[in-house]
Amino acid sequence: MSTATNTEAVTDERSDEDDVYVPATETLEAVLSTSERPPRPTALSASVTFGWRAMLKIKHVPEQLFDVTVFPIMMTLMFTYLFGGALAGSTSEYLQFLLPGIMVMSVVMTTMYTGVSVNTDIAKGVFDRFRTLPVWRPSAMVGYLLGDMFRYTMASVVILVVGLILGYRPDGGVLGVVAAIALLVAFSFAFSWIWTMFGLLMRSEKSVMGVSMLVLMPMTFMSNILVEPDTMPGWLQAFVDVNPVAILTEAARGLMAGDADAGEIGWVLIAGAGLIAVFGTLTMRLYNRK
Amino acid sequence: MSERTGGPAIETTGLVKVFGEKRAVDGIDLTVPAGTVYGVLGPNGAGKTTAVRMLATLLRPDGGEARVFGHDVVKEAAAVRARVSLTGQYASVDEDLTGTENLVLLARLLGYRKPAARERAARLLEAFGLTEAADKQAKNYSGGMRRRLDIAASILNTPDLLFLDEPTTGLDPRSRNQVWDIVRAVVAQGTTVLLTTQYLDEADQLAGRIAVIDNGKVIAEGTPGQLKSSVGSGSIHVRLRDADRRAEAQGVLARVLQTSVTLDHDPVALTARVMVDGAAGGPAERAAHALGELAASGITVDDFSLGQPSLDEVFLALTGDKRNRPGEAGDKSGTNGTNGTTNGTTDGTAKRKQEATA
Repeated sequence: MSTATNTEAVTDERSDEDDVYVPATETLEAVLSTSERPPRPTALSASVTFGWRAMLKIKHVPEQLFDVTVFPIMMTLMFTYLFGGALAGSTSEYLQFLLPGIMVMSVVMTTMYTGVSVNTDIAKGVFDRFRTLPVWRPSAMVGYLLGDMFRYTMASVVILVVGLILGYRPDGGVLGVVAAIALLVAFSFAFSWIWTMFGLLMRSEKSVMGVSMLVLMPMTFMSNILVEPDTMPGWLQAFVDVNPVAILTEAARGLMAGDADAGEIGWVLIAGAGLIAVFGTLTMRLYNRK
Repeated sequence: MSERTGGPAIETTGLVKVFGEKRAVDGIDLTVPAGTVYGVLGPNGAGKTTAVRMLATLLRPDGGEARVFGHDVVKEAAAVRARVSLTGQYASVDEDLTGTENLVLLARLLGYRKPAARERAARLLEAFGLTEAADKQAKNYSGGMRRRLDIAASILNTPDLLFLDEPTTGLDPRSRNQVWDIVRAVVAQGTTVLLTTQYLDEADQLAGRIAVIDNGKVIAEGTPGQLKSSVGSGSIHVRLRDADRRAEAQGVLARVLQTSVTLDHDPVALTARVMVDGAAGGPAERAAHALGELAASGITVDDFSLGQPSLDEVFLALTGDKRNRPGEAGDKSGTNGTNGTTNGTTDGTAKRKQEATA
C-alpha cells in the first residue's frame, strides 16, 4: 500500500519529465530489431554478475556496512575489557586469546543478514525477473554470497586492525592471518546457505532474524570463543567439541598463532562442504518452487 | 524463426492452480497465436497474475498443461525461459540501482559482454527517453519512467513472448499512452505479447483477441469487436436542461432503445444502456435516433455522451448475475477503474461530438 502511495507522489512530482518523452517508433524499432542473441552466460559469469549487483547495492546504500564495521569494533572492545581482567588476569593477555575467536563470532553473526536481504528481495518484483532468466539457477543466490564475502572480509580486517591497535600480536605472521581470514570467509560462505534457505522459507524479515538468533546464539556462545571449555559441564564440552564454530575458532587460532592444525582445518572444510550440500540443495528447491 | 511462426505462442489446457481452499486458476484453456497481442481481462483476484506466473515458469501448475512455443512450462522450463520475458505487476527493477545499472546487469545476465551490455543499455535508455535519468536510482523515477525502464529491461533481448502484467495500472493517462505506443512497437517487431488488464479500453486498444477471466475461469473469448457486441455497446448519458422533464425523457429513451433507463444522482441526468441490434443499427446510430426522439418531444438536451461498456457492465452482461460482478476488492478497483474508463469514454465522446458537428 505504501509503495503505491509513494509511486503516486513521485508521479506528481516528476510528471514534467514524462512530458518530454514521446515514444518514437523508428528508434524503438531500431533498438528492437538489431539485437542478436548472445550465448547464455556461464555459471561463473552469471554468479559474478549477481555478485556485482550486491556490490552496487553496497555502493548505493553504504549504511549497510554498519554491521561489519561498528558492530565488530564494539564486540572486540566490549569483550576484551569486560572479561579480560577476570578471565586472564589482564586485558592484553586475554586479547591474545580472544581476538581470533571474536573475529569468528562477529563474522558468523553477520551471516544472518544474507537471509534478511534474500527475504526483503523476494518481496519485490525484481526477484521474479531473475527467476525467469535463462541462467544457471543458483547464480542469483551465489551472487548474494559473493557480495557477503566482501562484507565478511571487511569485518575480519576491521577486527584485526582494532586488535593490532590494542596490542594483539599474531605469531603466525601475515601468512597465518591471511589463511585464517580466508578459512573464516570460506566457512561463512558455506554457513550462509542456512540463511538463504530461511530467507526463502520465512514470511517476514523479522521471523528470519528471530530464527537466526535462535541458531547463532548457542553456536557462538556455547563455544571456546570467550572462555576455555575446561570448566564447562561434560555435556556442554561434548557440544563444544562438535560445534563447527568452535572447531573453526580452534583452526583460526592455530593459524594466527603459527601452529596450524591440518586436522582442524580439514574438519572445517568438511563441515563447510556438508553445509553447502544440505542447505544449498534445500535453498535451490525452495528457489525453484517459490 | 520457423518456430516463432510455427504453432501458437501459448497453448494451455485445463490449467489449474490452487492456493489453500481457493482455486485461483480453475481450468483455463487458452490459445495465443504468435505475433499478436492477447489481452487477458479481469478484475483483481480473477486469476490473471497467477496464470501469467505459471506461464512464465514462476509457479508450478497444480493441474492441466501449458506450452510456450511448444515447450512444457514445467518439464522444459529452461527452454521457455530462454524465449520469454516478464514485466510484473509491481515494477521488476532493482530500485536501489540506477537505470543504467539495471539494464547492464540484465544484459550481462543475458550473455552480453561488458562493452556490448553498456552499449545496449545506453541505446535502450535513449529509445525509452530515460537518458537523462540513466544515472539516477530507479527509486527516484516517476511511475511512468519506472514502467518504461521495466519494459526496456524486458526487451533487452527482444524476447519471442513478452508478459505484461497490468502494465498501466496506477499510471496517469499520458504515461499509459506511452506504454501503449511501446507495446505496439514491440509487437510490430514480431514479439507476441500477453497483456493482462483491468481496463476494457486498454484491451480494446491493443489486443487482437481478448479472454475475459473471472474466478479463475475464462468466461468469454474473442476479438474486441465480438466481445463488445456480445455485451452491448455501453451506455448513453444524457443531461437535460429541465429536471421536470426527466420522467418524460426516461419514457422516450426506454421506448426507443428498449432497455431500462436509470436516473442518476444528478437530477437532470439519466443513463440508458445501448444494445447492438442488427435491425436497429449500431450504437451510435441508435443513440442518435434516441436523441432525435427527445428533440421531437420538445425535451432540450444540454449534453450527452456515449460510453463504452465498463468492466462492470461487461461482467454483468457476461455473467448475467450481480453477485458475479467484481466483488468487494473489485469495487475498489472499480473506483480506480472508473477513472481509467472515464478517460477513455471522454476521449470517445469528444471524438463523437466532433463527428456530430462535422
